[in-house]
Amino acid sequence: MGIFDNFNFSKLKEGLTKTRTKIVNTINEAVTGKAVIDDKTLDEIEEILITSDIGYDTAVQIIENVRGRMKSEKDRTDLNVIETVKKELTGILDIESNFNSEQEIKTHKPYIILVVGINGVGKTTTIGKLAHNYKKAGLKVIVGAADTFRAAANEQLEIWSKRAGVEIIQKGHGADPSSVAFETVQHAIKHQYDVVLIDTAGRLHNKGHLMEELNKIKRVLSKNLPYAPNETLLVLDGNTGQNAILQAEEFSKVTDITGLVVTKLDGTAKGGVVFQIVNKQKVPIKYIGVGEGIEDLQTFDSKLFVSAIFE
Amino acid sequence: MFEELSLKLEKALKKVSGQGKLTEKNISDTVREIRRILLDADVNYKVAKDFIDKVQEKALGTEVIASISPGQLITKIIYDELTELLGGDRKEIKLNASGLTTILVVGLQGSGKTTFCGKLAKRLKESKLKVMLAAADVYRPAAVEQLKTLGAQIEVPVYSIDVPDAKRTAKEALAEANAAGCNVLIVDTAGRLHVDEEMMNEAAAIRDIINPDESLFVVDSMTGQDAVNSAKAFNEKINYDGIVLTKLDGDARGGAALSIRAVVGKPIKFISSGEKLSALEPFYPDRLASRILGKGDIISFVEKAQESFDENEAAKLEEKFKKNKFDFEDFLKQIKMIKKMGSLSSLLGMIPGIGNQIKNADIDDKALVKVEAIINSMTQEERQKPKILNGSRRMRIARGSGSSIQEVNRLIKQFGDMQSLMKKMNQRGFANNFLNKIK
Repeated sequence: MGIFDNFNFSKLKEGLTKTRTKIVNTINEAVTGKAVIDDKTLDEIEEILITSDIGYDTAVQIIENVRGRMKSEKDRTDLNVIETVKKELTGILDIESNFNSEQEIKTHKPYIILVVGINGVGKTTTIGKLAHNYKKAGLKVIVGAADTFRAAANEQLEIWSKRAGVEIIQKGHGADPSSVAFETVQHAIKHQYDVVLIDTAGRLHNKGHLMEELNKIKRVLSKNLPYAPNETLLVLDGNTGQNAILQAEEFSKVTDITGLVVTKLDGTAKGGVVFQIVNKQKVPIKYIGVGEGIEDLQTFDSKLFVSAIFE
Repeated sequence: MFEELSLKLEKALKKVSGQGKLTEKNISDTVREIRRILLDADVNYKVAKDFIDKVQEKALGTEVIASISPGQLITKIIYDELTELLGGDRKEIKLNASGLTTILVVGLQGSGKTTFCGKLAKRLKESKLKVMLAAADVYRPAAVEQLKTLGAQIEVPVYSIDVPDAKRTAKEALAEANAAGCNVLIVDTAGRLHVDEEMMNEAAAIRDIINPDESLFVVDSMTGQDAVNSAKAFNEKINYDGIVLTKLDGDARGGAALSIRAVVGKPIKFISSGEKLSALEPFYPDRLASRILGKGDIISFVEKAQESFDENEAAKLEEKFKKNKFDFEDFLKQIKMIKKMGSLSSLLGMIPGIGNQIKNADIDDKALVKVEAIINSMTQEERQKPKILNGSRRMRIARGSGSSIQEVNRLIKQFGDMQSLMKKMNQRGFANNFLNKIK
């Protein structure tokens, strides 16, 4: 081989490839308007997003958006890419809302909150925690046990109302849930309550008759008080995958969801499916549940929520 | 003749374009689409990737059969693999022949443990067993009351104590169940997060106390990507025997079941859907597979592929029907075709509007196996000329197929009835009409 012996072909090739890749990338970016980011990094981000239940299409969309944003960025380090992903995600969750609970509570008495969701997501526990918080804020609170279906649901809410130190209206197992709602509101009007929390039975969103029953509760409430309910909170289990999107869609059809509560976030589930829900339904996440204790309900913070995804 | 020619041409073209065999190239679009479908069904990211990689690897080089595309073929292979994986080692729960059988039920909060306990108790009670429930969920407010209410509804005693001590409840319930001569003790436990060290230790302690013959991990079919983490953690701590999938009466696709199967390798033993206490169903892997892949296009896609396998065969059968030359040989072919499409009950279950109605009707898939065995034990001559089936031949067939002589007689009689019915239909021109209608 003589004179080429000292010549390192592979090195040269590597160098050329790098140059070529750079040129190709530059052209590519100019044409597509998107930054070319290392495949490995993108794969890792995709994995993080998908394993947090964000959903395939949304994950792909977010990555595309990030590539668009990164184009004008000089700093293409992984760290900065992830920061950009976080910004993108936080942006989805921070939706503008001119609804202010604190303001509304001052002007509506009693202030009616209806809590809905499918079975086992943590509705009753959430009500217990909410009652506790409103009570602590110095408000007079009453809860209505309109879950007359599940065995011992009444008893469960009763224990929570005792813990929170608030009153409860309940009827027997199998009673008409809308009559419980009616009585609770009547009682609240008569005895000057500030906040009324109505618990409802868990219902799978694809069960038409149960959804109709929910509609009836809502009608009865607004017959009592034209402005009621002031809030309808949809409780979602943070462990739930893509099905939560359908839950939100179906519940939105029969009630006007004003806010979301995401529960059971003290485990390893990230609850990423809410990005699609917030984006589609345009309703904010109001609270997150992080445990079974009465203090374990937090006001939602989008930055904290997003950074938990990358932990 | 032209048809044959075009078939040959098509085959040749396929070879040239590399479509004759499954290659990475000709299935890549399908594989990408199936990955998306699996992820949308909440199959875990890594599980979906591994599953598809494995299937793809296995499928590469497979010959593409006439009239189906590589995409269709890979879809079908994935569907079959999925069914296989979900139901591979399906087992019933084991009940001790004598003495007490203990069953432990664990899972996350709100997965449906207590309702499942009620359903299982009802089912066991209906098979004439003496059942007791133990309320070892001493944390969630009114969980004990919930189990007691369920117990009262199905008239099964519920053991509970007034102090919030789950371990003591389990211990005392065990003694009580033994003393009362119960056949089965079902212990309901509190929902717990797999990261809660203290609560996980408690679950393990309860397991050690009752030493369960069967421990079951209950999981909500709507669970997302995190299902693998909780399933793994519970398995490490409890080493459960099987999985119970709940809330399948919703519209969740249930991909979590696949993730758990793949990660912990434990069988799915029950489907628990609905709050009515009778809604406990056995598990059909093929139904879940089609559910995960989505009921829409993808399944009709698969079915189409399956149908087209035997289009030629079907045409031949039609001809035989018309000429009334349908014999046992043809019957056997038909059975094989049906079997290819899945179990009878699952086939019927797929028909919209019928699915729910036949859910509780007992469709015996084993009957088909029997029929097949009997026909397999016939000689070729016997299959073609059933008339020669005399007493000694029937005896031999019964022995050969492991069935009773009555069963053989019944099949031959039914077959004879069918033939004469066909004859009548042909005479009245029904068959032509009928066949035209279903085409």
